[in-house]
Amino acid sequence: MDSGSPHELAAAYALDALDADERRAYEAHLAACDRCREDVASFRETASALAYDVDVPPLPETLEHRILNAARAERPNVVPLPRRWAIPAAALAVASVAAAVVLGVWATHLSGSLDHQKQANKDQKALVDILSDCTKTQMQGGSAAVCVAPTHQAALIADSLPAATPNKTYEAWIIAGKSVKPAGLFRGGAGRKYLRLTKSVPGGVTVAVTLERRGGVSAPTSTPLLKAKVASG
Amino acid sequence: MADGGEGRVVALRGGRRGRTESGARELAHLSDEAVLALIARSDDQALAELYRRFGRLAYGLALRILRDDALAQDAVQEAFLGVWRAADRFVAERAKPSTWLLTLVHRRAVDLVRREERRRAEPLPDTEPGGAEIADEAELAAQRQTIRDALRRLPPEQREAIELAYYGGYTQSELAERLGQPLGTIKSRMFTGLARLRETLGEDANAEGGTVPEGGLSN
Repeated sequence: MDSGSPHELAAAYALDALDADERRAYEAHLAACDRCREDVASFRETASALAYDVDVPPLPETLEHRILNAARAERPNVVPLPRRWAIPAAALAVASVAAAVVLGVWATHLSGSLDHQKQANKDQKALVDILSDCTKTQMQGGSAAVCVAPTHQAALIADSLPAATPNKTYEAWIIAGKSVKPAGLFRGGAGRKYLRLTKSVPGGVTVAVTLERRGGVSAPTSTPLLKAKVASG
Repeated sequence: MADGGEGRVVALRGGRRGRTESGARELAHLSDEAVLALIARSDDQALAELYRRFGRLAYGLALRILRDDALAQDAVQEAFLGVWRAADRFVAERAKPSTWLLTLVHRRAVDLVRREERRRAEPLPDTEPGGAEIADEAELAAQRQTIRDALRRLPPEQREAIELAYYGGYTQSELAERLGQPLGTIKSRMFTGLARLRETLGEDANAEGGTVPEGGLSN
């Protein structure tokens, strides 16, 4: 870098006011300078506020289509049935489960509130038992973790996962090789949420979370939003 | 984990925002970060959702810099494809998705304007908002007012350096030449101006409960 402090260059960099050579040199410098990266991040935030002082004309009609087509051409769309899970059995299960889901939801609504309360208390106690002694694995994809007790009972801990809409639910999965089993539903939302997984979590399996239709499904229909491989042993 | 009041919010958003390509899932309830996480998993409908949230702003910015519709569209397309390609790496980075996207749009537009040498020399005219019908207009207008007020509070020479760099696509060396100042002076004008702008926007956010662009159009 020539004259001036690197801090001044952080502003010029954030405003894209460096020419190609200066930019390259500064980026090389950034790689080795934590403080500079913080400066840049902060200045970028401010610089991007400048973007709001513009006219917002109607969008050209074809632009969205163009972008999406180009995106799909680069990388195949893997939603709703991700390739690795799009095995025929899973696909069939998804198709046939719709009616069962409707029935399941209906049954839940009819169940007595007292029974419901008892069950809730039992769930609560089981959850506390797990959380009092468990090993945590952070999940990729969001602020969440899986905590596995020595009994292999496990809880999922999610921090402020965007709340699922009324017609959706988050669904947890236990994945061991080709076996993918549902392990409970939850809604997410602000603050810390706990879900006791309905299946045990032995070492080496992967715990994943997908967003599914309300009531849950028997095989995932979308790629996981959260994922963690639990250490074996 | 009972239902919250999200249903209402979604309905409101669904009603007041434009439609994406037919068959799009309802993603309006997701945070920008969650939309980005879906994009990282090759969910093109999430990319469409991001476009629905920030496409107009991105296009407006590119158009202001490039003053050419075709080039502006190219810049916007490249920026969204940049998000599509690198969304999985973004998650760890801890910047706001809107900042990232707008940074990509800006850089692309600046690179194009330098290549095309299309930028105009003289004062970038203040333009009035176009009469689009979307209700986000009010939100956008408020954010626009905030940044304009903040710019006006800068000493003129700092404001000039920042505006010419950001909206004009000038490099710091070009600015030094153009404004007849030493490079060091230009650097420090941009630095001091941007730092002051950051401070002003921070104050406004505290005083007015966050009119600073936070989650872009979506939060």
